[in-house]
Amino acid sequence: MISSTAPLVEASGVSIDYVDAGGRRTTAVDGASFDVQRGETFVMIGPSGCGKTTLLKAIAGFLRPTRGKLLVEGQPAREPGPDRAVVFQDFDQLFAWRTVRDNVVYALRVARKMPARDAGKKADEMLALVDIARAAERYPHELSGGMKQRAAIARALALEPTMLLMDEPFGALDAITRNQLQIELKRIHERTGVTIVLVTHSIQEAIYLGDRVMVMSPFPARVREIVDTHDANDIESAHFAELTGRLRGLLVHREADLDQPDRAAV
Amino acid sequence: MGAMWIRLPVALRYALLVVAVLVVWQGYVSISHVQKLLVASPIDVERSLVVDFQSGQLTKATWNTLQTLLEGMAVGALCGFALASFAVFSRIGHDLLTVLSAIFNPLPSIAILPLAMIWFGLKPESIVFVVALATIWPVAINTDTGFRTISNTTQLAARNLGLRGWRLVIGVLLPAALPSIITGLKASWAFGWRTVVAAELVFGVAGSAGGLGWYINNARYFLQTSNIFAGLVVISVLGILVESIFGLVERHTVVKWGMKRAG
Repeated sequence: MISSTAPLVEASGVSIDYVDAGGRRTTAVDGASFDVQRGETFVMIGPSGCGKTTLLKAIAGFLRPTRGKLLVEGQPAREPGPDRAVVFQDFDQLFAWRTVRDNVVYALRVARKMPARDAGKKADEMLALVDIARAAERYPHELSGGMKQRAAIARALALEPTMLLMDEPFGALDAITRNQLQIELKRIHERTGVTIVLVTHSIQEAIYLGDRVMVMSPFPARVREIVDTHDANDIESAHFAELTGRLRGLLVHREADLDQPDRAAV
Repeated sequence: MGAMWIRLPVALRYALLVVAVLVVWQGYVSISHVQKLLVASPIDVERSLVVDFQSGQLTKATWNTLQTLLEGMAVGALCGFALASFAVFSRIGHDLLTVLSAIFNPLPSIAILPLAMIWFGLKPESIVFVVALATIWPVAINTDTGFRTISNTTQLAARNLGLRGWRLVIGVLLPAALPSIITGLKASWAFGWRTVVAAELVFGVAGSAGGLGWYINNARYFLQTSNIFAGLVVISVLGILVESIFGLVERHTVVKWGMKRAG
């Protein structure tokens, strides 16, 4: 048995290499060490294409670390499964041939083997939670970008995952919708207590949503520092501004300015 | 005039144009006194249609053609799906599909008919074989493309639910590839339909189980020009009918799901 205080995810010295079509090997993630505690929102932030998504995919089980140890609930990360429900940035994560409600019902039926009636009830509950019950019978292509992401979040939450993995979930949305969904996600997190691992390149989003923010350097991704942001919820506050400045400083640092790139790794 | 035309319902606009074509056709035949052996008037054609449908001759020919086509398409589509599945799941399968379709796709399958007649004799099997050959490539190529162009995110989302193997194929990959699969079936129907009629024309002499191509060729022997036209009308109308069935299927699936624009 794993005690409930043990970290949900433990990564020590995780490196992930890619082999491209030409057989060349590139390192996307280099020696990342961190852990994710139960119930927290853990944010990975870094410039676009820095390998933070690769790290998320490894936790999800879509790819394996080349070196190092990556444990999920004390076990090496297994094949992808609904215990680590992923919300992607792209809208085509929803199945276009199913209505919003059917997307959730189908997920419950195949991933949780739930009977149709229970799945329907659960789906309605979840759609209400993310406030798109009125669009339940619509097909994904009839929804706005924000509503599609709400539907994807509903589908992921319905699976009652041990953690929610979110890969720049609001990256393709306009600023207003984005803010709305950030507030919504915070509310959902408070209500359900689900562990969230969020990848983003928005500093404001990272501080607002995150309990801890892991700052990553660009290619190959190395952990630069993990910053505690759990007490910064008010965007107007001085503390928020101070953290913003700190994260920005860490993100725009050039490699040469750092004496030891790995000094901050926990 | 143009503005008025646009305001009419589309079905009425088409119907009016069809009537106009028929009137011009009938007018030409009546006024020019062209020989009835060369061009039949719409009224004569209508009379032949009624007579031969009542006698059962055209009904039987239509039925024979459709049956041959469906048999050929069934064989062709099954082989096409099998080939495409093989191509999706293995490199050698992909290479095989590339090579085979490069060789056979440009070949009008009707050109294989003489060979088929040597292999299968003067039997319907010869035509079924040729039709199958005409339909296999559009199905195989489009299905393969359909599987290959499924968005990466859709596949990841499916795997995230724990879907693997055949449940992944049936539950997500097939519906995701459906627009291309329907496109392939549509193209294979169009090839198959042209091929089956052409094959029956060449095959003409084969007797009792003749189809529409045979019917047309037979009418030529007896210089029954209006029956030739009647055969052509049936072929065209059936073509329109099947096209609209495909359109209906698309409207209730891939168009409704936003995977294909309404066309």
